[in-house]
Amino acid sequence: MFSHDVLIVGSGLAGLRAALELVGSLDVAVMTKVYPSRSHSGAAQGGVAAALSNVDKEDSVEAHTFDTVKGGDYLGDQDAVEIMCSDAPHAIFEMEKFGCPFSRTDENKIAQRAFGGHSFPRACYAADRTGHALLHTLFEQSMKNGGKLHIYSEWYMLRLIVEDGVCRGVVAMDIKTGRMEVFHARTVLFATGGYGRAFKITSNAYANTGDGITAAYRAGIPLMDMEFVQYHPTGLYQHGILLSEAARGEGGYLLNADGERFMSKYAPKKMELGPRDIVSRSEQTEINEGRGTGPKKDYVLLDLRHLGREKILERLPQIYHLAKDFIGVDALTDPVPIQPTAHYSMGGIPADNDCQVYMDEKGNHVRGFFAAGECSCISVHGANRLGTNSLLDALVFGRRAGKKMLQATHDTPWSPVNEKRELDAARRDVHELLHTSAREDMNTIREELKTTMTNQVGVYRIGEEMEKANGKIKELQARFKDVRVDDKRENFNTNLIEALELSHMLEYSELIVAGALARKESRGAHARTDFPTRDDENFLAHTMAFKNKEGGYELRYKPVKITRFKPEERKY
Amino acid sequence: MSTVTFRIFRFDPERDATGRYQDYQLALEPGITLLNCLNKIKWEQDATLTFRMSCGSAICGSCAMRVNGHSLLACKTQASPLVKDGVIQIDPLGNANIIRDLAVDLEPFWASIRKVKPWLMPDSADNPEKERLQTPEQYLKIDNSTTCIMCAACWSDCNALEVNKKFVGPAALAKAQRFIHDTRDAKRVERLEEISEANGVWNCTHCGECSTRCPTEAKPLGRIEEIREAAMAAGVHDNNGARHVLGFRETVGKRGLLDENYVPVRSVGFFNIPALLDLLPVGIRMFIRRKNPPVIPHSIEKVEEVRKIFSRFEELRKE
Repeated sequence: MFSHDVLIVGSGLAGLRAALELVGSLDVAVMTKVYPSRSHSGAAQGGVAAALSNVDKEDSVEAHTFDTVKGGDYLGDQDAVEIMCSDAPHAIFEMEKFGCPFSRTDENKIAQRAFGGHSFPRACYAADRTGHALLHTLFEQSMKNGGKLHIYSEWYMLRLIVEDGVCRGVVAMDIKTGRMEVFHARTVLFATGGYGRAFKITSNAYANTGDGITAAYRAGIPLMDMEFVQYHPTGLYQHGILLSEAARGEGGYLLNADGERFMSKYAPKKMELGPRDIVSRSEQTEINEGRGTGPKKDYVLLDLRHLGREKILERLPQIYHLAKDFIGVDALTDPVPIQPTAHYSMGGIPADNDCQVYMDEKGNHVRGFFAAGECSCISVHGANRLGTNSLLDALVFGRRAGKKMLQATHDTPWSPVNEKRELDAARRDVHELLHTSAREDMNTIREELKTTMTNQVGVYRIGEEMEKANGKIKELQARFKDVRVDDKRENFNTNLIEALELSHMLEYSELIVAGALARKESRGAHARTDFPTRDDENFLAHTMAFKNKEGGYELRYKPVKITRFKPEERKY
Repeated sequence: MSTVTFRIFRFDPERDATGRYQDYQLALEPGITLLNCLNKIKWEQDATLTFRMSCGSAICGSCAMRVNGHSLLACKTQASPLVKDGVIQIDPLGNANIIRDLAVDLEPFWASIRKVKPWLMPDSADNPEKERLQTPEQYLKIDNSTTCIMCAACWSDCNALEVNKKFVGPAALAKAQRFIHDTRDAKRVERLEEISEANGVWNCTHCGECSTRCPTEAKPLGRIEEIREAAMAAGVHDNNGARHVLGFRETVGKRGLLDENYVPVRSVGFFNIPALLDLLPVGIRMFIRRKNPPVIPHSIEKVEEVRKIFSRFEELRKE
């Protein structure tokens, strides 16, 4: 058994930022199933929001707060949003102090550019690899604290240990050897990222399989707003790989098969700079109504050519290379085929403004358990996240989690953990996977799940189709009980890891569908053709899905916190 | 669709005495990437095939491996151009121990990165409530090196590392450049001194493999050259590498030719007896094979013209 005062699971921006706050004061360990520099935060491209007013003096924290609340279609908790936007400038300056290489203005300040749904240019950026720059900066700081910060790389978290409302640690497996250990801790932070991998077309890493949220759910913690999965408007055709929104921020056009800038029909004032939910739906409408491009008429075009060679190569180099390497399109001479791609998970583990996890809709906490970043649902993004607010969320709440944990860990005694029982439970799960009757092919189940989620729970949703998806998921869950894991070895068994990940996807996908079926309205990323309008009377509320004793789920609702901004219709 | 043989290295140190190649047949769909081919093989043919991957979009560096003898990122590489006589051969990264199949032990790689103290060491008097200023041009000097994704492709194919495991390696040097040239760092000269020591920036042999294999704009050889220039300009000359450069300059400037008796001695230092003794066996072998340069060095024809060019160059450099 390993013991650390604090265990952080996940080494992206939120996890590493929290660790920095704690290192030196407590014995802190960070666990990651990859390596810190390989966390998915690094894939974020376009920017990180903060009202620095470096480019437009009129910008303000209040404007940022309002844009975020409105962008989230009023489902965001406004007190949390206000905290995030108020802390933003500090968070950016702090990263600059750590050495983050931000692009600069002619006045030598941190450069800022426009982004969808933001009323001012407030996206601070490092070319179009902002997440990478921030992640590597925090990785550098973690190396600086190398002697004091223990990093367990390529360890896979199997179980969260919660007993009598108190979190006591996790069970994890060393991927390299297959050895399992209990990690005993006084406080635990989950910063395990999102769950977009359940969709066929997705910008998410292979690693984004919702391990943390499912572990929490299995340990008796409800999951909040799972139905809100954001589609990003510019996924590379067929790959789903993200082409940063910076492409639109810098002035890229979206064109249909007729060469028309179709956003004029949907967001005449903002055009391509409308928020993601609106732009994604606009694209999907064009495709559905037969104005898509290509032999199958199933994509639209992102045209950058008018920006000119210099601007494309200097400000959007990654987009240029992705288009060239992955589908062989030269963005300097041709428009790039794109389609909406599942991108960000607004839902997750419910937590308060200090990242302390809730165990119910009444505000009771799980003692010693924290969540930050994309796996958490502090609900700063509501029903739809604005671009550049995810890196900000991770930095601000990673830091807040660290600060709170510094105090909370001192106040939390070591709770006993039954090592044998926990290890046995984890071993049993793994053993079952390795030694079932072995009839079902894992790849087939996973493909069927992903296709179902993209086709029936995608950009547009309709009750009838989602009922079918629900049935399909139940069928796949049943078939998974007989899934075949061919690799029986203990060391570096990626086949086994994939099976564990698939079990998570099958479990949380059911909750995405459940939340979406029950939510009979359209709000933000959740767009139902059978209920096309927002219904504040019935659904200005967070969905909370509880696992019940029979293995099923129960949905309950929690009101949204409204402070300054009364819900009104969104127009762009 | 043509069917291609994927010849993939397989090795599990826990079970196998030696590595072997296993062939898989796969029909290549047009436009398919190498990583997607590997996944098809793993998912449809052999679940025990082990390799790393994560983002699938060329930013996390997990899927670096050797293909047809050279390292690359599998996710961003189209498969069909890699086919040679119907075969794509895939090996794990070089200069590394194998954990299983294509997954190698990266700990020595991370250790090399840590050696260059890869974190900003700023002046403590900076105002914490505002950003430090940096011109766009100053930012551009670190732009290339900050694109490094730490995939270890450069490490894998580095020839200097192959013969000297203590060499800090190209990725770490690219990382060092980023701090040496960052105007916000206050330890530039200390960094230059440390990195000029043995197994540092002067141990690179300029083969250029690192830059050829680098999947980003980090291109370590270019960064290594920038560090060397910075070290020479900052007067960090008390090391073999810098003395070697100075020796080159002196003899070429004087005779138009490299004086191969003088430069090695100048590099290690005239009074460095142990190092001079180390050179002796090489000298003796050269003598036996009659490869030794003339004891009394001569100058080339028209040496005056070389000197003119040289002094003009020195003037320009000083400006």
